[in-house]
Amino acid sequence: MNINLTLIGQAISFAMFVAFCMKFVWPPLIGALRERQATIAEGLASAEKGAQAQEEAEKEAKQLITDAKTQASEIVSQAQRRSNEIVEEAKTTAVTESDKVKASAQAALDQEVISTREGLRGEVSSVAVTAAEKILKREVDPKTHASVLDELIAKI
Amino acid sequence: MATESGHGPTSTEYIQHHLSNLTWGKHPDGHWGIAHGAEEAAQMGFMAINLDSMFWSILLGSLFCFIFWLAARKAHTGVPSGFQNVCESIVEFVDDVIKDSFHGKSDLIGPLSLTIAVWIFLMNFMDLIPVDFLPEALLRWGGIPYQRVVPTTDVNVTMGMSLSVFALMIFYGIKVKGGKGFMAELTMHPFSSDNKIVQAILIPINFFLEIVALISKPLSLGLRLFGNLYAGELIFILIALLPWGLQWVLSVPWAIFHILVIVLQAFIFMMLTIVYLNMAHEQH
Repeated sequence: MNINLTLIGQAISFAMFVAFCMKFVWPPLIGALRERQATIAEGLASAEKGAQAQEEAEKEAKQLITDAKTQASEIVSQAQRRSNEIVEEAKTTAVTESDKVKASAQAALDQEVISTREGLRGEVSSVAVTAAEKILKREVDPKTHASVLDELIAKI
Repeated sequence: MATESGHGPTSTEYIQHHLSNLTWGKHPDGHWGIAHGAEEAAQMGFMAINLDSMFWSILLGSLFCFIFWLAARKAHTGVPSGFQNVCESIVEFVDDVIKDSFHGKSDLIGPLSLTIAVWIFLMNFMDLIPVDFLPEALLRWGGIPYQRVVPTTDVNVTMGMSLSVFALMIFYGIKVKGGKGFMAELTMHPFSSDNKIVQAILIPINFFLEIVALISKPLSLGLRLFGNLYAGELIFILIALLPWGLQWVLSVPWAIFHILVIVLQAFIFMMLTIVYLNMAHEQH
């Protein structure tokens, strides 16, 4: 345990190792560490920014979906209303049309009835005349009795 | 290596042998050579060198430089690999300690602290290698008679480092504060007076107190490390004197405890170096 030259030898090697470390070890390592720290900080900041942007986008998307839903339901209800209207219209048209058809048919029928009645009247009058001729067994001048016959016809 | 029989050395011889450095120096009769025993080493005085301490300390220092040089060479800003990560963690730890404790600006303090921490840790770590492995191997196959493999159990090694730190303290003290400021710090504290005559009387008292405080710093720094490791080594040597089947009962707990000690002593040396240099950089 004597103090000897080892003391100085150790001091010299200490100085040499520190110098080596100062030149080749410390600067690159600490530089890389600092740089990485900066990169990580940047990455974290951008991640936070990204998360914020995503949140905003999500909110916007939600808003869009709600809007679209309202719009869609509006459109559906509109369509419903329109279809109801169309059905109603069709019904009305059909009813009117059928009424018209019915009316014209009625008119034709009436016409037919009238004309038939007219024909029957003529026939009935001729039949009556013939019958009267036969009953009276004498010649009756149709011209003279025409007014009487017309009266008869009108009474039928 | 317990030896009760007459073949081997006695316990005292065994302990002395394990505490003797491989000293190479100038014998009193004038020729240079290896000292055989503590007495011859003492007679050599200052003109001698402990070959084993120097060899192991330079080997471990080179190992430190090599490992960290490898890491520094491949340093990049991407994701670090395992080895890279370990080295960077150590550097970052040292850097954090410096940031907390050192308020000046210096390019030296980082590399200095890193070298101290890792190099002293590696030198202390030699303590965990069983005490007889390397000396016995070197004796048998290398014919080397003495070998102490833990450089930090050599007071020259620890004092060499603490005196280097002391030199830096003085250098930076004078550089930052100027010669006048440095002297003022030694003479104007802790007692001061506005009266010039009283101040003149107080200067020697202050100087005495401050110089004791100043010199005690490197002494305590070096001797603390030396004392801890020397004591640890001595206990390992004493445990090695037990019968071989029983040694593990004590050596295992002591080695586990020593894992704490070697890390702690390396950290304390680094921490105090940073604190002392911070004091040297601080203006009052």
